[in-house]
Amino acid sequence: MDRLGLTPDEWTALALSLRVATVATLASLGPGLAVAWLLARKRFPGRSLLDGLVHLPLILPPVVTGYLLLLAFGRRGTFGAALAEIGIVLSFRWTGAALACAVMGFPLMVRAMRLSLEAVDRRVEQAAATLGASPWSVFLTVTLPLAMPGVLAGAVLAFAKAMGEFGATITFVSNIPGETRTLPSAIYTLTQVPGGEAGALRLTLVSITLSMAALLASEFLARRLARRLGAE
Amino acid sequence: MSLELDVSLARGAFRLDVAFTAPPGLTALFGPSGSGKTTVIGLLAGLVRPDRGRIVLDGETLLDTERRIDCPAHRRRIGVVFQEARLLPHLCVRQNLDYGRRFARRRPEAPGLGFDDVVGLLGIGHLLARRPAGLSGGESQRVAIGRALLSRPRLLLMDEPLAALDAARKAEILPLVEHLRDGAGIPIVYVSHAVPEVARLADTLVVLEAGRVAAAGPAEALLRRGELGAEQAAHGGSLLDMAVAGHDGAAGLTHLTGAVGRLSVPRLDRAVGTPVRLLVPARDVLVATRQPAGLSARNVLPGTVRDLSVLGEGAVLITLDCAGAALTARLTQASARDLGLRPGLPVFAVVKSVAFDAQGIGAARVPRAVEI
Repeated sequence: MDRLGLTPDEWTALALSLRVATVATLASLGPGLAVAWLLARKRFPGRSLLDGLVHLPLILPPVVTGYLLLLAFGRRGTFGAALAEIGIVLSFRWTGAALACAVMGFPLMVRAMRLSLEAVDRRVEQAAATLGASPWSVFLTVTLPLAMPGVLAGAVLAFAKAMGEFGATITFVSNIPGETRTLPSAIYTLTQVPGGEAGALRLTLVSITLSMAALLASEFLARRLARRLGAE
Repeated sequence: MSLELDVSLARGAFRLDVAFTAPPGLTALFGPSGSGKTTVIGLLAGLVRPDRGRIVLDGETLLDTERRIDCPAHRRRIGVVFQEARLLPHLCVRQNLDYGRRFARRRPEAPGLGFDDVVGLLGIGHLLARRPAGLSGGESQRVAIGRALLSRPRLLLMDEPLAALDAARKAEILPLVEHLRDGAGIPIVYVSHAVPEVARLADTLVVLEAGRVAAAGPAEALLRRGELGAEQAAHGGSLLDMAVAGHDGAAGLTHLTGAVGRLSVPRLDRAVGTPVRLLVPARDVLVATRQPAGLSARNVLPGTVRDLSVLGEGAVLITLDCAGAALTARLTQASARDLGLRPGLPVFAVVKSVAFDAQGIGAARVPRAVEI
């Protein structure tokens, strides 16, 4: 396991980061799509409040978000205590890191999805309804496929954000090797110890490569989808 | 089929208050832009909710605001062909055609309207693998018609399906609509603001004006009475029922006979004896008080002045009685005065053969029992 010149600890951090980011992204897809759809399509009391709440992590200092998570989901927190009863512990676990990353990436994901949902031609959806498609069928066979480029973009943004999330994660779940020491935490740790610069640089390169790969992949997928909608 | 509609709705300054009953056949909703035609289509399809009203199709109540009944669009089984084709852009033509079919699987298929029949009828077999973005306007509209038909609707709504098409494409699609009306026997509500289209297609006519029904009834009677108002006076004309008497291949003409006499029109590909209904635009009819001579126009019909009515803008609409058939001519007030036109005066109506609008020439149908 030495092809990239990474130490076992660095490999652990990379693997953990990938796991945390993947879980965070997959877990937020459903709620993200639901919230994006509500914001794009529905007028209801409390809509502005929901919009604000979703965007809060984008403007709050990450440390504040992390601390709020700790208050809510810590062992003695409001939800944390209840979750602990059924055996789910988030604080100081990698699952907590995933939660922190999901919360931090949520506004980016919702924003991209919402924009693409708003861009879907409602008249085409109406046409589908007159052909016998129930609202649920219309969503699955018309709205979602047409909004797919934005949904993918949202997912990639959330994944990239999760790979780089630091402030909220370290505040909520600390920096435990093998459990919550993700790539950014590992880089931070390496910069704090003498002789750690080489490792920090290696992980930085890995970080850049992964981010670029994610962006290129989403770009490629979006272009392929756009081509499907265009003339052939 | 029987369709009853009685709805009202207010959207800002626009008020719609429409009630009519449509017997089987093709019902045309006619009126200027903004008269509420498209809104009525939306109401029928279940895409627009009225403030108050009732819609009953074949005895089934689709909407009754008092009884809180509102059947959602996808359960109404009413197919819609919109002004713009509204094809699903992410699916190919075949998938678009199949889209409505999969929701209609449990309903019986109308005879002659299976997938292959519809594809053949619309001539879209070569397009099946294409994407909507690569289709022309006429192709898209044909696919949209096919898609609506394959969803096995009990009523087909067509909202100015020809509005976005040029004359050549219109000429392609009009016979299809006639075929649906006569051959397939699908009840149709057809929106249009073009008099020739209405004259050619409609069994029943509902004239809308500023959100209200200005006139409703059998199309022929309304057209003959000039119920389409200023629109008909300016762009419309009279209807003549005639039959193909023969063809003159060398001159590229077809001769027609009817109660009014003989008329020549540009060659029509119809067999001798086929009944046809003509729309003669009022602005293309001249009136002479003496038998004209040395005239390039081929069609001269003797008749008497029945009625004069002032249209405004210095124009007057003359209704002539040509052997029992009514023929309208739009003249200036000055020329009507110079000719001394008055009811009972024998005159000659001159119609240029090119004045016949190909769109206005349609196959006449066996009259159906039409109640309204």
